[in-house]
Amino acid sequence: MNILRSVRKIWETDPRVDPNPLVYAILGVAAILYPVWAQASTGGQGDFLISVVADAGVYILLAIGLNVVVGFAGLLDLGYAAFFAIGAYTYAFLASDHLVVTPLQQAIHLPFWIVLFVGLFVAAAFGLILGAPTLRLRGDYLAIVTLGFGEIVPRVFKNLSVWTSGVNGISALDKPVLPVWLNGPWSGDPLEVVQNFKIVSPMAFYVVMVLLLAVCVVLVNNLRRSRVGRAWMAVREDEVAAAAMGVNTVRIKLMAFAIGAAFSGFAGSFYGAKLSLVSPENFGFTVSITILVMIVLGGMGNIPGVIIGSLLVYWVTFLFLPALPPLAEEWATNIGLGALVPTNGDWPGIGQEMQRLKFLIFGAILVFTMLLRPQGLIPSRVRQQELRKGVQEDMTIEDVNAETTA
Amino acid sequence: MVSSVANARARLVAGSRGRLLNGTLFALIAIALVILATKVATNGPAYFIQIVVYGLANGSIFALIALGYTMVYGIVELINFAHGDVFTLGGFISLWLLPIFGVTEGGTVTGAGLILPLLAILVISMILCAVVNVTIERVAYRPLRHAPRLTPLITAVGMSFVLEGIMFLWRGPFNLHYPNVLPATSIELGGANGPAIGFKDVAVIVIAVVLMVALTLFVERTKLGKAMRATAQDRDAAELMGIDINRTIAATFFIGALLAGAGGMIFGLYYNTITFDQGFTAGLVAFTAAVFGGIGNIQGAALGGLVIGMIQSLSDGYFDTAWTQVLIFAILVLVLVFRPTGILGMRVPEK
Repeated sequence: MNILRSVRKIWETDPRVDPNPLVYAILGVAAILYPVWAQASTGGQGDFLISVVADAGVYILLAIGLNVVVGFAGLLDLGYAAFFAIGAYTYAFLASDHLVVTPLQQAIHLPFWIVLFVGLFVAAAFGLILGAPTLRLRGDYLAIVTLGFGEIVPRVFKNLSVWTSGVNGISALDKPVLPVWLNGPWSGDPLEVVQNFKIVSPMAFYVVMVLLLAVCVVLVNNLRRSRVGRAWMAVREDEVAAAAMGVNTVRIKLMAFAIGAAFSGFAGSFYGAKLSLVSPENFGFTVSITILVMIVLGGMGNIPGVIIGSLLVYWVTFLFLPALPPLAEEWATNIGLGALVPTNGDWPGIGQEMQRLKFLIFGAILVFTMLLRPQGLIPSRVRQQELRKGVQEDMTIEDVNAETTA
Repeated sequence: MVSSVANARARLVAGSRGRLLNGTLFALIAIALVILATKVATNGPAYFIQIVVYGLANGSIFALIALGYTMVYGIVELINFAHGDVFTLGGFISLWLLPIFGVTEGGTVTGAGLILPLLAILVISMILCAVVNVTIERVAYRPLRHAPRLTPLITAVGMSFVLEGIMFLWRGPFNLHYPNVLPATSIELGGANGPAIGFKDVAVIVIAVVLMVALTLFVERTKLGKAMRATAQDRDAAELMGIDINRTIAATFFIGALLAGAGGMIFGLYYNTITFDQGFTAGLVAFTAAVFGGIGNIQGAALGGLVIGMIQSLSDGYFDTAWTQVLIFAILVLVLVFRPTGILGMRVPEK
């Protein structure tokens, strides 16, 4: 435990300057340079790299939304993927041919931008319905209700196969259409303005995603500084004191919950459009936990931290871990442990074994961040104070005197 | 004066709201019972008895897991998400021990000769699970005892993933066959077409009941049990009375995991199949049971486990298996919304 404590001490010495502007600047520049780099480094074949980051963008959106609930208002939502599923299925119903094979027998094709907001409002409505009766309860009961809800929603989508095609999911969703788009060398066309541009290329998705993210970041940052945002933080720190100061705690918590759900629904619609496929398997508990890990690791309550955390976790879970089995096989062969590669009795082969590490790595990240750096990689400076005070709750009078005189 | 009027009005609103909520709850239960009664009437009594027996066996296992949840919540107000995986671990450890003790399917050891090795395996699995759970408490929860409440909850989820990861690494992602060593004899009621009560069903229920009675006696009669109750009621006061809080909490985790480990082995013997991630859903269902009975309440958890097991069995038998889990989680949400104190009332008061 002593080693733990000393490691934590090293971690806790933070830079004195606020790192947020620097992180924003780096992220902005990186967002612009990334496609150029991706195309240059692969000789014009960078579509996959760009598409991956557009997918990661969906998770960043989700993480920013969950951050409002968990990071700002301090409510633990363990069923966040349910709203994601609701958003995605809303898009699938309202923008595909799928409804033809349902009892409705009539396809609906609403434009992408409208469905994006329909998804947002539907998810927010579900957030309100779920939150209104449960937000009066103590904190961890909310976690359980959301967990239950998160388990119910994918199962309902799976079981209502008349409407949702069950486990097969709904495919061939409409591609989004942009009113105006600039064609140019980046898409291999001459420079021209195109109207009613159908978004199919990863590059277009990437641009839309980055713009949406920029808007969301500004929006959430404004929210955080607003009266509502300050009320969220007050509720997070001390609900009784907040109520005494005139904050309508139930309403303010409900608002955080609904806004978080709205983000999730929005991200879900985008995800459906990007993937052109929704399936109940994509919205399980692991998704909710992945998003939670993202914000916990990045720094709960701090937007730049959350973005960095999302990118990191996305990279680890969706790129690094899947790529690990072949890598491990290569290493093993290179250092003369080739015998580890093939399956042998109980030993499934090093590749398979690496794949099995996923759960362990995930859990270990959660536990160790909480133990060593509960404030996350780029912490919110306000929240950090709270954590520090929280840990020293049982200070003796001598400690307090030492602190005030020092 | 103004405030007292406002208070009275608030009470009035809250009262009518409570009555409305309770009314809705009763209406829902009544509808469910009526639908069930019609189904029962069409399928005959033999089938019903069979379902009830399954439900009791099922519920005993849930009750064993639920007890651990409720005890830990009662004493440290933490939902120990890793608890469900400790239950799975019990199954995995006993599966590993079975051949070591010479117990195999169709093996030489049968009949009464089985009792001793099975009991030994049960005890060893229980103790190993308990050691694991106490280690988890020591590593992941104790350092965070004064941290904000979300923090240990997140490490609990992390620990659950770590345990699942270890079992995944150990035996792989597949359904594992658990040797069917218990005798297949059964008592047939009312001839060949009547319901049959298997030896397995009886064994599961008996073991569970024995363990639960032992737990109740332990908590109510022993000094350590008294210390646990005192710590759950008021930790600071208990500490002032000279109770070693850390030891008492560790003991709670130990005992909770003993029961979960036993549950894991019984589950394996009963269903003859285990998977590395079964603890997640089983844990959630058991937690539902604990909440249902009133979290922090030991008798409540046992009763809740039986009720939830029965509901699961009835839903599987009379409705659709695919919807059973939806139904159980819906019950979880509804209980928390309408009656967060559970049917027997929780011992932990609202802050």
